[in-house]
Amino acid sequence: MAELAAVIASTHHPFYYRASTARGEDRPPFADEWVRKITAFRETLTRANPDVLVMVGSDHFHQLWLDNMPQFLIGKAPVYDANWYNEEREFGLPRMVLKGQEDLSGYLLREGLDAGFDLAFSNELRIDHSITCPIITLRPEADLPIVPVYTNIFAPPLPQPKRFVQLGRTIRELIESWPSDQRVAVIGTGHLSLELGGPRQFGPHGPDPEFDQRAVEWIANGDLEGCLSEVTLDSLHAPGNATHGFMDFMLMMGVAGEGAKADYVDTLDLFHTMEAYFTWYPSGGPGLSEERACEPRSEGKGESA
Amino acid sequence: MSKYLLNKFLYTVDRDPELVERYREDPRGTVAWWEAERANQLLNCHTGEASTWLAFDDPEREALVAHDYVKLFELGAHPFLTLTLFIAAFERDHAEPLGFQKEYALRLQHFSLPYPDIAT
Repeated sequence: MAELAAVIASTHHPFYYRASTARGEDRPPFADEWVRKITAFRETLTRANPDVLVMVGSDHFHQLWLDNMPQFLIGKAPVYDANWYNEEREFGLPRMVLKGQEDLSGYLLREGLDAGFDLAFSNELRIDHSITCPIITLRPEADLPIVPVYTNIFAPPLPQPKRFVQLGRTIRELIESWPSDQRVAVIGTGHLSLELGGPRQFGPHGPDPEFDQRAVEWIANGDLEGCLSEVTLDSLHAPGNATHGFMDFMLMMGVAGEGAKADYVDTLDLFHTMEAYFTWYPSGGPGLSEERACEPRSEGKGESA
Repeated sequence: MSKYLLNKFLYTVDRDPELVERYREDPRGTVAWWEAERANQLLNCHTGEASTWLAFDDPEREALVAHDYVKLFELGAHPFLTLTLFIAAFERDHAEPLGFQKEYALRLQHFSLPYPDIAT
Protein backbone atom coordinates (compact mmCIF):
# COMPACT_ATOMS: atom_id res chain seq x y z
CA MET A 1 0.00 0.00 0.00
CA ALA A 2 1.01 3.60 -0.46
CA GLU A 3 2.65 5.43 2.41
CA LEU A 4 1.47 8.78 3.70
CA ALA A 5 4.88 10.39 3.87
CA ALA A 6 3.86 13.84 5.10
CA VAL A 7 0.84 15.99 5.83
CA ILE A 8 1.42 19.69 5.31
CA ALA A 9 -0.92 22.59 5.98
CA SER A 10 -0.05 26.13 5.05
CA THR A 11 -1.44 29.52 4.27
CA HIS A 12 -1.12 30.47 0.60
CA HIS A 13 0.10 34.00 0.28
CA PRO A 14 0.11 35.06 -3.37
CA PHE A 15 2.63 37.84 -2.69
CA TYR A 16 5.40 35.44 -1.63
CA TYR A 17 6.67 34.84 -5.14
CA ARG A 18 7.04 38.53 -5.90
CA ALA A 19 8.44 39.39 -2.46
CA SER A 20 10.99 36.59 -2.56
CA THR A 21 12.24 37.37 -6.06
CA ALA A 22 12.30 41.17 -5.73
CA ARG A 23 15.69 42.84 -5.59
CA GLY A 24 16.97 46.23 -4.48
CA GLU A 25 14.41 48.91 -3.72
CA ASP A 26 11.56 46.64 -4.73
CA ARG A 27 12.39 44.05 -2.07
CA PRO A 28 10.09 44.47 0.94
CA PRO A 29 11.75 44.62 4.38
CA PHE A 30 10.10 41.39 5.54
CA ALA A 31 11.25 39.38 2.50
CA ASP A 32 14.46 37.93 3.96
CA GLU A 33 12.80 36.57 7.09
CA TRP A 34 9.94 35.19 5.00
CA VAL A 35 12.36 33.41 2.67
CA ARG A 36 14.23 31.94 5.63
CA LYS A 37 11.04 30.55 7.09
CA ILE A 38 9.85 29.16 3.78
CA THR A 39 13.22 27.55 3.12
CA ALA A 40 13.05 25.76 6.48
CA PHE A 41 9.43 24.75 5.83
CA ARG A 42 10.38 23.42 2.40
CA GLU A 43 12.91 21.11 4.01
CA THR A 44 10.09 19.37 5.89
CA LEU A 45 8.64 18.21 2.58
CA THR A 46 11.98 17.45 0.97
CA ARG A 47 13.03 15.11 3.77
CA ALA A 48 9.75 13.17 3.43
CA ASN A 49 10.92 12.23 -0.05
CA PRO A 50 7.46 12.09 -1.66
CA ASP A 51 6.65 10.65 -5.08
CA VAL A 52 3.26 12.29 -5.51
CA LEU A 53 1.51 15.32 -4.01
CA VAL A 54 -2.19 15.53 -3.23
CA MET A 55 -2.85 19.27 -3.29
CA VAL A 56 -5.88 20.64 -1.45
CA GLY A 57 -6.93 24.16 -2.33
CA SER A 58 -9.78 26.30 -3.54
CA ASP A 59 -10.43 27.83 -6.92
CA HIS A 60 -10.87 31.60 -6.60
CA PHE A 61 -13.54 32.02 -9.29
CA HIS A 62 -11.15 31.06 -12.04
CA GLN A 63 -12.45 27.91 -13.68
CA LEU A 64 -15.27 27.19 -11.24
CA TRP A 65 -18.17 29.57 -11.42
CA LEU A 66 -21.61 30.16 -9.97
CA ASP A 67 -23.45 28.55 -12.88
CA ASN A 68 -22.01 25.17 -11.97
CA MET A 69 -20.30 25.21 -8.59
CA PRO A 70 -18.99 21.99 -7.07
CA GLN A 71 -18.48 21.71 -3.31
CA PHE A 72 -15.61 19.21 -3.54
CA LEU A 73 -13.85 18.43 -6.81
CA ILE A 74 -10.90 16.23 -7.73
CA GLY A 75 -8.88 16.80 -10.85
CA LYS A 76 -8.15 13.79 -13.02
CA ALA A 77 -5.90 14.77 -15.88
CA PRO A 78 -2.39 13.96 -17.13
CA VAL A 79 -1.38 17.62 -17.06
CA TYR A 80 -2.50 20.75 -15.26
CA ASP A 81 -1.74 24.17 -16.59
CA ALA A 82 -1.58 26.67 -13.81
CA ASN A 83 -2.12 30.30 -12.88
CA TRP A 84 -4.40 32.77 -14.57
CA TYR A 85 -4.13 36.14 -16.25
CA ASN A 86 -5.48 38.03 -13.23
CA GLU A 87 -2.95 36.27 -10.97
CA GLU A 88 -0.13 37.30 -13.25
CA ARG A 89 -1.54 40.80 -13.26
CA GLU A 90 -2.08 41.22 -9.53
CA PHE A 91 0.56 38.96 -7.97
CA GLY A 92 3.16 38.55 -10.70
CA LEU A 93 2.75 34.76 -10.59
CA PRO A 94 4.36 32.80 -13.42
CA ARG A 95 2.54 30.42 -15.72
CA MET A 96 3.27 26.84 -14.69
CA VAL A 97 2.63 23.31 -15.93
CA LEU A 98 2.31 20.36 -13.53
CA LYS A 99 2.03 16.67 -14.22
CA GLY A 100 -1.01 14.78 -12.96
CA GLN A 101 -1.13 11.44 -11.17
CA GLU A 102 -4.24 10.02 -12.83
CA ASP A 103 -4.18 6.63 -11.11
CA LEU A 104 -4.46 8.21 -7.68
CA SER A 105 -7.05 10.71 -8.95
CA GLY A 106 -9.15 7.84 -10.25
CA TYR A 107 -8.74 5.88 -7.03
CA LEU A 108 -9.74 8.83 -4.82
CA LEU A 109 -12.76 9.52 -7.02
CA ARG A 110 -14.04 5.95 -7.14
CA GLU A 111 -13.38 5.14 -3.51
CA GLY A 112 -14.42 8.59 -2.32
CA LEU A 113 -17.77 8.26 -4.07
CA ASP A 114 -18.24 4.85 -2.50
CA ALA A 115 -17.32 6.29 0.90
CA GLY A 116 -20.19 8.78 0.72
CA PHE A 117 -18.66 11.88 -0.86
CA ASP A 118 -20.41 12.89 -4.10
CA LEU A 119 -17.21 14.27 -5.55
CA ALA A 120 -17.20 16.30 -8.73
CA PHE A 121 -14.33 15.78 -11.14
CA SER A 122 -12.53 17.66 -13.86
CA ASN A 123 -10.55 16.24 -16.77
CA GLU A 124 -9.24 19.65 -17.83
CA LEU A 125 -8.42 21.85 -14.89
CA ARG A 126 -6.33 24.98 -14.88
CA ILE A 127 -5.27 25.36 -11.29
CA ASP A 128 -4.77 28.61 -9.43
CA HIS A 129 -2.62 30.11 -6.71
CA SER A 130 -4.19 28.09 -3.89
CA ILE A 131 -2.21 25.16 -5.30
CA THR A 132 0.64 26.89 -7.09
CA CYS A 133 1.67 28.96 -4.04
CA PRO A 134 2.56 25.84 -2.04
CA ILE A 135 4.30 24.39 -5.09
CA ILE A 136 6.38 27.57 -5.26
CA THR A 137 7.14 27.54 -1.54
CA LEU A 138 7.53 23.80 -0.93
CA ARG A 139 8.58 22.26 -4.24
CA PRO A 140 9.72 25.01 -6.59
CA GLU A 141 11.10 22.42 -9.01
CA ALA A 142 7.44 21.54 -9.68
CA ASP A 143 8.66 18.09 -10.67
CA LEU A 144 6.23 15.82 -8.84
CA PRO A 145 2.87 14.68 -10.20
CA ILE A 146 -0.14 16.05 -8.36
CA VAL A 147 -3.75 15.28 -7.59
CA PRO A 148 -5.66 18.54 -7.15
CA VAL A 149 -8.54 18.59 -4.66
CA TYR A 150 -10.67 21.71 -4.71
CA THR A 151 -13.05 22.73 -1.95
CA ASN A 152 -15.66 25.44 -1.95
CA ILE A 153 -14.76 27.89 0.80
CA PHE A 154 -15.75 30.82 -1.33
CA ALA A 155 -19.28 30.77 -2.75
CA PRO A 156 -22.08 30.15 -0.23
CA PRO A 157 -23.86 27.91 0.49
CA LEU A 158 -20.75 26.10 1.76
CA PRO A 159 -20.40 22.62 3.26
CA GLN A 160 -20.24 22.50 7.06
CA PRO A 161 -16.80 22.54 8.75
CA LYS A 162 -17.24 18.97 9.96
CA ARG A 163 -17.61 17.89 6.34
CA PHE A 164 -14.15 19.25 5.56
CA VAL A 165 -12.76 17.27 8.48
CA GLN A 166 -14.56 14.12 7.33
CA LEU A 167 -13.21 14.52 3.82
CA GLY A 168 -9.70 14.90 5.22
CA ARG A 169 -10.07 11.69 7.21
CA THR A 170 -11.37 9.89 4.15
CA ILE A 171 -8.54 11.15 1.95
CA ARG A 172 -6.07 9.76 4.45
CA GLU A 173 -7.81 6.39 4.61
CA LEU A 174 -7.90 6.18 0.83
CA ILE A 175 -4.25 7.09 0.39
CA GLU A 176 -3.27 4.47 2.94
CA SER A 177 -5.33 1.86 1.10
CA TRP A 178 -4.11 2.85 -2.39
CA PRO A 179 -2.47 -0.24 -3.89
CA SER A 180 0.80 1.40 -4.80
CA ASP A 181 4.29 1.60 -3.41
CA GLN A 182 4.45 5.35 -3.80
CA ARG A 183 5.07 7.86 -1.06
CA VAL A 184 2.26 10.41 -0.93
CA ALA A 185 2.35 13.83 0.68
CA VAL A 186 -0.89 15.72 1.21
CA ILE A 187 -0.46 19.48 1.09
CA GLY A 188 -3.40 21.74 1.80
CA THR A 189 -3.62 25.50 1.97
CA GLY A 190 -6.13 27.79 3.53
CA HIS A 191 -6.26 30.93 5.61
CA LEU A 192 -6.27 32.06 9.18
CA SER A 193 -8.29 35.24 9.73
CA LEU A 194 -8.58 37.12 6.47
CA GLU A 195 -10.59 39.99 5.07
CA LEU A 196 -10.85 40.64 1.33
CA GLY A 197 -12.89 43.48 -0.12
CA GLY A 198 -14.14 44.59 3.30
CA PRO A 199 -13.39 47.30 5.88
CA ARG A 200 -10.77 45.25 7.74
CA GLN A 201 -8.61 44.38 4.73
CA PHE A 202 -4.91 45.17 4.38
CA GLY A 203 -4.36 46.18 8.00
CA PRO A 204 -0.97 46.03 9.75
CA HIS A 205 -1.67 42.37 10.62
CA GLY A 206 -4.46 39.85 10.12
CA PRO A 207 -7.95 41.11 11.01
CA ASP A 208 -8.24 38.93 14.13
CA PRO A 209 -4.92 38.05 15.81
CA GLU A 210 -6.75 36.35 18.71
CA PHE A 211 -8.48 33.99 16.31
CA ASP A 212 -5.15 33.35 14.61
CA GLN A 213 -3.54 32.38 17.88
CA ARG A 214 -6.36 29.99 18.77
CA ALA A 215 -6.32 28.56 15.26
CA VAL A 216 -2.58 27.89 15.39
CA GLU A 217 -3.06 26.10 18.72
CA TRP A 218 -5.87 23.95 17.33
CA ILE A 219 -3.83 22.95 14.31
CA ALA A 220 -0.51 22.46 16.10
CA ASN A 221 -2.16 20.21 18.70
CA GLY A 222 -4.53 18.42 16.36
CA ASP A 223 -7.35 19.70 18.54
CA LEU A 224 -10.22 18.84 16.26
CA GLU A 225 -12.66 18.58 19.12
CA GLY A 226 -11.92 22.09 20.36
CA CYS A 227 -11.88 23.48 16.85
CA LEU A 228 -15.16 21.87 15.83
CA SER A 229 -16.81 23.00 19.06
CA GLU A 230 -16.09 26.65 18.25
CA VAL A 231 -16.03 26.93 14.48
CA THR A 232 -19.27 27.17 12.53
CA LEU A 233 -20.14 28.63 9.16
CA ASP A 234 -21.58 31.63 11.03
CA SER A 235 -18.71 32.05 13.48
CA LEU A 236 -16.15 32.30 10.67
CA HIS A 237 -17.59 35.64 9.56
CA ALA A 238 -16.36 37.29 12.75
CA PRO A 239 -12.57 36.93 12.25
CA GLY A 240 -12.78 38.27 8.68
CA ASN A 241 -15.00 37.90 5.65
CA ALA A 242 -12.66 35.45 3.87
CA THR A 243 -11.92 33.32 6.94
CA HIS A 244 -13.96 30.40 5.64
CA GLY A 245 -10.70 29.40 3.98
CA PHE A 246 -9.79 28.14 7.46
CA MET A 247 -11.93 25.10 6.68
CA ASP A 248 -9.16 23.85 4.40
CA PHE A 249 -6.91 23.83 7.47
CA MET A 250 -9.64 21.81 9.20
CA LEU A 251 -9.60 19.37 6.29
CA MET A 252 -5.86 18.98 6.79
CA MET A 253 -6.38 18.40 10.53
CA GLY A 254 -8.70 15.60 9.43
CA VAL A 255 -5.88 14.15 7.31
CA ALA A 256 -3.41 14.46 10.19
CA GLY A 257 -5.83 12.91 12.68
CA GLU A 258 -7.49 13.76 16.00
CA GLY A 259 -4.91 14.68 18.59
CA ALA A 260 -2.01 14.54 16.14
CA LYS A 261 0.49 17.15 17.20
CA ALA A 262 2.30 18.72 14.31
CA ASP A 263 5.98 17.86 14.05
CA TYR A 264 6.77 21.28 12.68
CA VAL A 265 5.00 24.57 13.39
CA ASP A 266 6.01 28.03 12.34
CA THR A 267 4.23 31.35 11.87
CA LEU A 268 4.99 34.77 10.46
CA ASP A 269 2.98 37.84 11.30
CA LEU A 270 2.66 39.88 8.12
CA PHE A 271 0.55 42.86 7.14
CA HIS A 272 -2.95 41.80 6.10
CA THR A 273 -2.65 38.19 7.29
CA MET A 274 -0.68 35.79 9.45
CA GLU A 275 1.29 33.09 7.70
CA ALA A 276 1.27 29.63 9.31
CA TYR A 277 3.15 26.45 8.39
CA PHE A 278 2.56 22.94 9.77
CA THR A 279 4.01 19.52 8.96
CA TRP A 280 3.10 16.11 10.32
CA TYR A 281 4.94 12.84 9.67
CA PRO A 282 2.24 10.20 10.23
CA SER A 283 4.58 7.25 10.19
CA GLY A 284 7.73 8.99 11.25
CA GLY A 285 10.43 9.49 8.71
CA PRO A 286 14.06 8.75 8.14
CA GLY A 287 15.93 10.18 11.09
CA LEU A 288 12.95 12.15 12.25
CA SER A 289 12.67 10.87 15.77
CA GLU A 290 16.10 12.24 16.67
CA GLU A 291 15.52 15.51 14.91
CA ARG A 292 12.06 16.39 16.12
CA ALA A 293 13.29 18.06 19.27
CA CYS A 294 15.27 20.47 17.12
CA GLU A 295 12.41 21.60 14.91
CA PRO A 296 11.25 25.17 15.26
CA ARG A 297 7.82 25.17 16.82
CA SER A 298 5.85 28.33 16.41
CA GLU A 299 7.95 30.64 18.52
CA GLY A 300 6.08 29.97 21.71
CA LYS A 301 2.66 29.73 20.13
CA GLY A 302 2.45 25.95 20.23
CA GLU A 303 3.40 23.38 22.79
CA SER A 304 6.55 21.40 22.34
CA ALA A 305 6.32 18.28 20.23
CA MET B 1 -32.12 42.08 -7.33
CA SER B 2 -29.46 39.88 -8.88
CA LYS B 3 -26.28 39.42 -6.92
CA TYR B 4 -25.53 36.66 -9.39
CA LEU B 5 -25.59 39.02 -12.33
CA LEU B 6 -23.45 41.61 -10.54
CA ASN B 7 -20.95 38.86 -9.87
CA LYS B 8 -21.14 37.70 -13.48
CA PHE B 9 -20.28 41.20 -14.66
CA LEU B 10 -17.33 41.48 -12.27
CA TYR B 11 -16.12 37.98 -13.15
CA THR B 12 -16.30 38.28 -16.92
CA VAL B 13 -14.81 41.78 -17.05
CA ASP B 14 -11.99 40.94 -14.63
CA ARG B 15 -10.74 38.07 -16.76
CA ASP B 16 -10.56 40.08 -19.98
CA PRO B 17 -7.73 42.65 -20.15
CA GLU B 18 -9.51 44.69 -22.85
CA LEU B 19 -12.74 44.80 -20.88
CA VAL B 20 -10.91 45.90 -17.74
CA GLU B 21 -9.61 48.95 -19.63
CA ARG B 22 -12.94 49.59 -21.31
CA TYR B 23 -14.77 49.48 -17.97
CA ARG B 24 -12.23 51.86 -16.46
CA GLU B 25 -12.50 54.39 -19.30
CA ASP B 26 -16.18 54.13 -20.20
CA PRO B 27 -18.18 52.55 -17.42
CA ARG B 28 -21.61 53.63 -18.64
CA GLY B 29 -21.02 52.43 -22.18
CA THR B 30 -19.42 49.19 -21.04
CA VAL B 31 -22.21 48.34 -18.60
CA ALA B 32 -24.89 49.07 -21.22
CA TRP B 33 -23.10 46.97 -23.84
CA TRP B 34 -22.47 44.14 -21.41
CA GLU B 35 -26.08 44.03 -20.20
CA ALA B 36 -27.36 43.97 -23.80
CA GLU B 37 -24.82 41.54 -25.25
CA ARG B 38 -23.29 39.48 -22.46
CA ALA B 39 -25.60 39.31 -19.45
CA ASN B 40 -27.58 36.41 -20.86
CA GLN B 41 -24.69 34.58 -22.45
CA LEU B 42 -24.31 31.13 -20.93
CA LEU B 43 -20.65 30.78 -20.10
CA ASN B 44 -18.96 27.63 -21.36
CA CYS B 45 -21.76 27.01 -23.88
CA HIS B 46 -21.81 27.65 -27.62
CA THR B 47 -23.13 31.02 -28.60
CA GLY B 48 -26.40 29.69 -29.95
CA GLU B 49 -27.61 29.17 -26.41
CA ALA B 50 -28.53 32.04 -24.13
CA SER B 51 -30.64 32.75 -21.10
CA THR B 52 -33.67 34.99 -21.45
CA TRP B 53 -34.21 36.60 -18.08
CA LEU B 54 -31.12 38.26 -16.65
CA ALA B 55 -31.11 42.03 -16.13
CA PHE B 56 -29.77 44.51 -13.59
CA ASP B 57 -32.11 46.52 -11.47
CA ASP B 58 -31.46 50.26 -11.39
CA PRO B 59 -29.31 50.46 -8.21
CA GLU B 60 -27.13 47.61 -9.44
CA ARG B 61 -26.61 49.18 -12.86
CA GLU B 62 -25.85 52.57 -11.33
CA ALA B 63 -23.37 51.10 -8.83
CA LEU B 64 -21.42 49.54 -11.69
CA VAL B 65 -21.63 52.70 -13.80
CA ALA B 66 -20.41 54.83 -10.90
CA HIS B 67 -17.50 52.47 -10.11
CA ASP B 68 -19.09 52.49 -6.67
CA TYR B 69 -17.46 49.59 -4.83
CA VAL B 70 -18.99 50.72 -1.55
CA LYS B 71 -22.46 50.31 -3.02
CA LEU B 72 -21.49 46.97 -4.57
CA PHE B 73 -20.45 45.77 -1.12
CA GLU B 74 -23.80 46.94 0.27
CA LEU B 75 -25.65 45.11 -2.51
CA GLY B 76 -23.92 41.84 -1.63
CA ALA B 77 -21.65 41.52 -4.66
CA HIS B 78 -18.89 39.03 -3.92
CA PRO B 79 -16.16 41.10 -2.22
CA PHE B 80 -13.32 39.12 -3.77
CA LEU B 81 -14.59 39.78 -7.29
CA THR B 82 -15.14 43.47 -6.63
CA LEU B 83 -11.73 43.89 -5.01
CA THR B 84 -9.87 42.06 -7.73
CA LEU B 85 -11.42 44.00 -10.61
CA PHE B 86 -11.13 47.36 -8.89
CA ILE B 87 -7.46 46.77 -8.03
CA ALA B 88 -6.88 46.03 -11.71
CA ALA B 89 -8.66 49.18 -12.77
CA PHE B 90 -7.61 51.71 -10.14
CA GLU B 91 -4.56 50.66 -8.14
CA ARG B 92 -2.43 52.40 -10.77
CA ASP B 93 -3.85 55.79 -9.73
CA HIS B 94 -2.30 55.55 -6.26
CA ALA B 95 1.38 56.26 -5.72
CA GLU B 96 1.75 54.48 -2.38
CA PRO B 97 1.97 50.67 -2.31
CA LEU B 98 -1.43 49.33 -1.19
CA GLY B 99 -2.72 52.92 -1.21
CA PHE B 100 -5.83 51.92 -3.13
CA GLN B 101 -6.51 48.88 -0.97
CA LYS B 102 -6.25 50.94 2.22
CA GLU B 103 -8.50 53.67 0.87
CA TYR B 104 -10.96 50.98 -0.18
CA ALA B 105 -11.03 49.65 3.41
CA LEU B 106 -11.46 53.15 4.80
CA ARG B 107 -14.45 53.87 2.59
CA LEU B 108 -16.12 50.69 3.92
CA GLN B 109 -15.55 51.59 7.59
CA HIS B 110 -19.23 52.27 8.27
CA PHE B 111 -20.04 48.58 7.75
CA SER B 112 -20.07 46.36 10.80
CA LEU B 113 -20.94 42.69 11.26
CA PRO B 114 -22.97 41.12 9.92
CA TYR B 115 -21.89 42.32 6.51
CA PRO B 116 -24.38 42.25 3.63
CA ASP B 117 -25.19 38.68 2.64
CA ILE B 118 -23.23 37.47 -0.39
CA ALA B 119 -25.07 34.18 -0.88
CA THR B 120 -26.44 33.81 -4.39
